Amino acid sequence: MARPRWVVATGLLAPTGVWLGLFLLAPLALVAQFSFATRDTGVARAVLPWTVRAYVTALDPAFLPIFGRTLAYAGATTALCLLLGFPLAWFIARHSGRFRTALLVAVLVPFWSSYLARIYAWKALLDGEGLVNRLLGAVGLDRDGGFLLTHGAVVVGLTYGFLPFMVLPLYVACERFDHRQVEASYDLGHGRASTFFRVVLPGVFPGVLAGSLLVLVPSAGDFVTPRLLGGVDQSTFGSVIDDQFRGGNNWPLGSAMAVLLLVLVVVVLVLRGKRGEDVL
Amino acid sequence: MNRRRWVLGAAAVLVFVFLYAPIVWLAVVSFNDSRSLSRVTGLSVRWYVELFHDSRVLDALGLSLRLATTSAVIATAIGTLAAFGLRRAFPGRGVWTILLSLPLVVPEVVLGVALLGFCVKLAGIPLGFGALLAAHVAFSLSFVVVVVRARVAGMDERLEEAAADLGASPLVAFRTITLPLVAPAVAAGAAFAFLLSFDDVVTSSYLTGVGSTTLPVFVYAQAGRRGVSPEIVALSTLMVGVSAALLVVGVLVVAWRARRASPASTFVGHVRDQ
Repeated sequence: MARPRWVVATGLLAPTGVWLGLFLLAPLALVAQFSFATRDTGVARAVLPWTVRAYVTALDPAFLPIFGRTLAYAGATTALCLLLGFPLAWFIARHSGRFRTALLVAVLVPFWSSYLARIYAWKALLDGEGLVNRLLGAVGLDRDGGFLLTHGAVVVGLTYGFLPFMVLPLYVACERFDHRQVEASYDLGHGRASTFFRVVLPGVFPGVLAGSLLVLVPSAGDFVTPRLLGGVDQSTFGSVIDDQFRGGNNWPLGSAMAVLLLVLVVVVLVLRGKRGEDVL
Repeated sequence: MNRRRWVLGAAAVLVFVFLYAPIVWLAVVSFNDSRSLSRVTGLSVRWYVELFHDSRVLDALGLSLRLATTSAVIATAIGTLAAFGLRRAFPGRGVWTILLSLPLVVPEVVLGVALLGFCVKLAGIPLGFGALLAAHVAFSLSFVVVVVRARVAGMDERLEEAAADLGASPLVAFRTITLPLVAPAVAAGAAFAFLLSFDDVVTSSYLTGVGSTTLPVFVYAQAGRRGVSPEIVALSTLMVGVSAALLVVGVLVVAWRARRASPASTFVGHVRDQ
């Protein structure tokens, strides 16, 4: 009767383990293998002479601006999501009473529309004839040609797309946060700013970390939004990888870049350390 | 104190405006009589009519619905088991936790190209429904686990122990005590999984086969040539409309039940369940 605990736990986890092993780990291992292959290995499974040429190409200084742009987009998106997501999450967790669940669901309702329809909605709102430009025109702040094809448009689009991934973990953290700590802090003579930075922020930090990670990673890998909302030179890491697989047909180079992106993610994950773990 | 709360409320309203502005705009232009998405020239329902006559859109929608449902069912079933597996400490739990957080952080483009290579060059899985299902379950599993696990962790184990003490078999205890307690989280996880699958463009775009295109991938391919078609805008409006209507019904039910529940204990229990 008394089976060891780990046997039961492993049994419960086994289906998930099999699925992720087959359809996540094995494919990722294959990508790692491709990244060391010579270009155009064709259909063969065999790896032609192992080479690091793909990595040499991927780390070429020519790709540096693309790398930088990707990080800038992802970083700005994460910052903006935090800025918008925190007040919202705090408000829902602390002040919305029994409509809390309804408000949380309301955050998700717009996402039942098609992802591309949402991007095109922004496209329509931001272009020269769009509503934003016309409204700004009424106060004399309009801009010739609108705001489409700018870096700002890309960041707005990405922020819009990934905001729920920030709001949900932040909400969980805000809800768990014991508000009496704030009162205690006031009682002990701390001001608002000091209370926020020394009590509230550390208290909800796991949520901040988890949300940031969930926004940073997909926005660094996304290529659809930058392609549709960005200007002429809108290549990001994701779109360069996409080009290698779909257009350029240079699988080893695409794989090497995918591996580099993954390494970046792992670095962020390790830097996150123990503190984010209980939320993510 | 009150002023701060007011400022916070105003900020929350502004974020909701940001979230809903494009959706409201989509709803408005879905009734436009021209193809333009930026200027309304007149009102008509032609895009709704065309939507229901466009067999390619309807086929893609059908596939997306089947895929999202199947993937959500599988991900919810095995993800819920996994969440229970992680309930208590055991040797190896750390490794499992890392494995389960991996899908959350693998960029979609990486997962897409990896599965493309895997299906085509190694496993011989034909692109299409099977390959899409493999991918969608893989990336939505973790969300189910995160949501259900949070609920399982917050559960009072004494309830289950009490059931056992009263003679309930483990299975009966699970069905009558544990399952009702985690049901809201399981439902939330399933909804999340459905949504993630239903709206996925990037990963899916590598894995669709001939004649088996999901709706988002179909829209993306089409958008590349002519921009997003007003039919898709009409469809999006319908879907948001339905989910918003469900939300309103939910809110009304909560309000109604809260008013009806006279004993304070029922109310408190209900609020806690939220």
